[in-house]
Amino acid sequence: MTSQPTEPPKLFAAREPVFPQRVSGWYRRLKWWLMAFTLSIYYIMPWLRWDRGPNLPDQAVLVDLTNARFYFFWIKIWPHEFYFVVGLLIMAGLGLFLFTSALGRVWCGYACPQTVWADLFILVERWIEGDRNERIRLLRAKWSIRKARLRITKWTVWMLIAIATGGAWVFYFADAPTLLRELITGQAAFIAYATIAILASATFIFGGFMREQVCTYMCPWPRIQAAMMDEHSLTVSYRRWRGEPRGKMGKAEGDCIDCMACVTVCPQGIDIRDGEQVECITCALCIDACDNMMEKIGRPRGLIDYCTLNDEPLERAGNAPKAVWSHILRLRNFIYFGLWALIGAGLVVALFMRSDFSATVKPDRNPKFVMLSDGTIRNAYDLKVSNQTGENRIFRISIKTDDPLRLNLEGTDELKVSVPANGSYHQRVYIFAKPEHTASKVNGSPVRFWVEWVENGERTYVDTVFAGKAK
Amino acid sequence: MSKKIKMNDEDYPTTGHEWDGIREYDKPMPRWWLYTFYLCIIFSVGYMIAYPAIPLLKGATPGLLGYSSRGEVSEHIAAVNAKNADIEARLLATPLEEIGADADLARFATAGGAAVFLTYCAQCHGAGAQGAKGYPNLQDDSWLWGGDIAAIQATIRHGIRNDTDEDARYSEMPKFGEILEGAEIDALANYILQVSSQEHDTVLATAGEPLFEENCAACHGETATGDREQGAPNLTDALWLYGGDLETITQSITNSRFGVMPAWQGRITEAQITQVTFYVHQLGGGE
Repeated sequence: MTSQPTEPPKLFAAREPVFPQRVSGWYRRLKWWLMAFTLSIYYIMPWLRWDRGPNLPDQAVLVDLTNARFYFFWIKIWPHEFYFVVGLLIMAGLGLFLFTSALGRVWCGYACPQTVWADLFILVERWIEGDRNERIRLLRAKWSIRKARLRITKWTVWMLIAIATGGAWVFYFADAPTLLRELITGQAAFIAYATIAILASATFIFGGFMREQVCTYMCPWPRIQAAMMDEHSLTVSYRRWRGEPRGKMGKAEGDCIDCMACVTVCPQGIDIRDGEQVECITCALCIDACDNMMEKIGRPRGLIDYCTLNDEPLERAGNAPKAVWSHILRLRNFIYFGLWALIGAGLVVALFMRSDFSATVKPDRNPKFVMLSDGTIRNAYDLKVSNQTGENRIFRISIKTDDPLRLNLEGTDELKVSVPANGSYHQRVYIFAKPEHTASKVNGSPVRFWVEWVENGERTYVDTVFAGKAK
Repeated sequence: MSKKIKMNDEDYPTTGHEWDGIREYDKPMPRWWLYTFYLCIIFSVGYMIAYPAIPLLKGATPGLLGYSSRGEVSEHIAAVNAKNADIEARLLATPLEEIGADADLARFATAGGAAVFLTYCAQCHGAGAQGAKGYPNLQDDSWLWGGDIAAIQATIRHGIRNDTDEDARYSEMPKFGEILEGAEIDALANYILQVSSQEHDTVLATAGEPLFEENCAACHGETATGDREQGAPNLTDALWLYGGDLETITQSITNSRFGVMPAWQGRITEAQITQVTFYVHQLGGGE
């Protein structure tokens, strides 16, 4: 019996450092453009101005938490219109389903903030410390002034980007120029500094140090996407039938010369030739790396390419793969797109149909009615009129009922309310039914409140009921 | 650098768990996860020292910071009181009739008054001030002792027919069951049905009219419309504190009624009295 000396078990698996090598090609260029596009949206958006008149903020995109308003260019959303946000979130979800089903993990590979910022951080790292081999040498080198200088420079630039990232976030929640001035002069609210600090450190750590671990260990999305992809989904794969058996050029039959270019450029630190993996974000950089190599050795491009699972047997048998459009234009994707478009169309219709003033009526239910000394039954209502425009407006209140019931607004003899710009007004309202009116004797007579904008007669209504003293 | 272990390594130790041939590897945690876990353990030790943590027989260990959730509540209440001190002083300095003209004061008084009402008044008068049998509805336009804001405040401040406040409103209806015959009470009750425009026996009501003038008019008035000086209710209107049917009216005449309300002065603060006065006055019946 032989006993092997066993190592004491380690409690953690150390991260394998990843040193993605520089690569150029079609997908790399696409990713640079997408990075520039997405980052520009993020950083520039809060600085765009949009004139809404004197009483409303002029920031194009603003989440005004204090006053519970959301502004997006010409669109204003009040809390009661939160269904717009819900609709957009559902559209975002369905959009992800659609793209995943058609194109695999394109979100992960091209648009996810983690990918974009990690890509940016890797770019900075390469500018300062050099490409893959220099970075590996630097990691192994003993601490020296040069190493410290490079490291500190890199961390400083990372930190500046991180602070700008956290900083841009808070500008969405307050007037950007004012907040910037306050931030610099130290007068901004504590929550603004705290938010920037938290987001900056998260960006610094996630983009600089954790990188692919965020995708592999922390993010639930790879698992969900893995469940949503099928044999028709386009995804980055290695044409095993063409590449194997791999080996040095001229020494093996396959096209793969085992140059490891696809591995060295991978920001996730994996080998695409092992097949589809949960770690792979389909950033397509290995496609660029392999294509460059295939061109150099005079073999056809596309040893690593966007392929679908069910094309593999076709290609292996020497047939042409199905056309790309046939993978994308299929029933499942049409259903996703149909649902997505349906909700989108519904939101657009809702957006154009909504009025810029609205009313709600809450009947007083405790008590349901009050009997006055002459036997009159009185109901009380809380009428709330919201004015979403930038001007103060006066609204005329009237009711439509079967009996000629009397209407009275508490505290005034007039039947008008004045509602401030971009605000709402609560008015306690009484309706009186005399004993001879049917409404005083039955429970639940219909009442329609009409709220009419005095200036142009535009009006809206709310239906409610009048509670009488039922026998 | 540790050697990378392939996921498909058959020899790798497993936890021994197996489901349908799927075995669970016994793999180590990522380093960041493990260190976060250790940090949490260290944090929990500090937390146990600083905050109340270990339950003992009488309460928990106090912790170095001396924190308690009850203490935090007291602090919050003190902070709210301090915040309200200014507007409360302004409320007390403003004559009752003028509170409504100041939107800020009105809002403060209504909100505060509603809270006071739900705490101290709702038990008898109901959460919506709708009253109950024997407890007046404060939303209607009928007031036993007066419905202007000063009268309402006097009622709240001193109460009705209690032994504790010398200034409490007081009146006493005799038990007519000890004074009048049964037939006389019957006639009187029918007369009251008549003045309140309800179905009645005309013969008995006619007989009741002189009895009313003799026994009841002193307080309820010649026309039975009541007297607020004495808290005597109007008997001609549609509202009844105890009930307007023959049986209940007969009971009320026979045994009399004696509604009591405690005095609130001294039990709640002056500001609270003002707030709840304003609140009751604006419920819809205030005069």
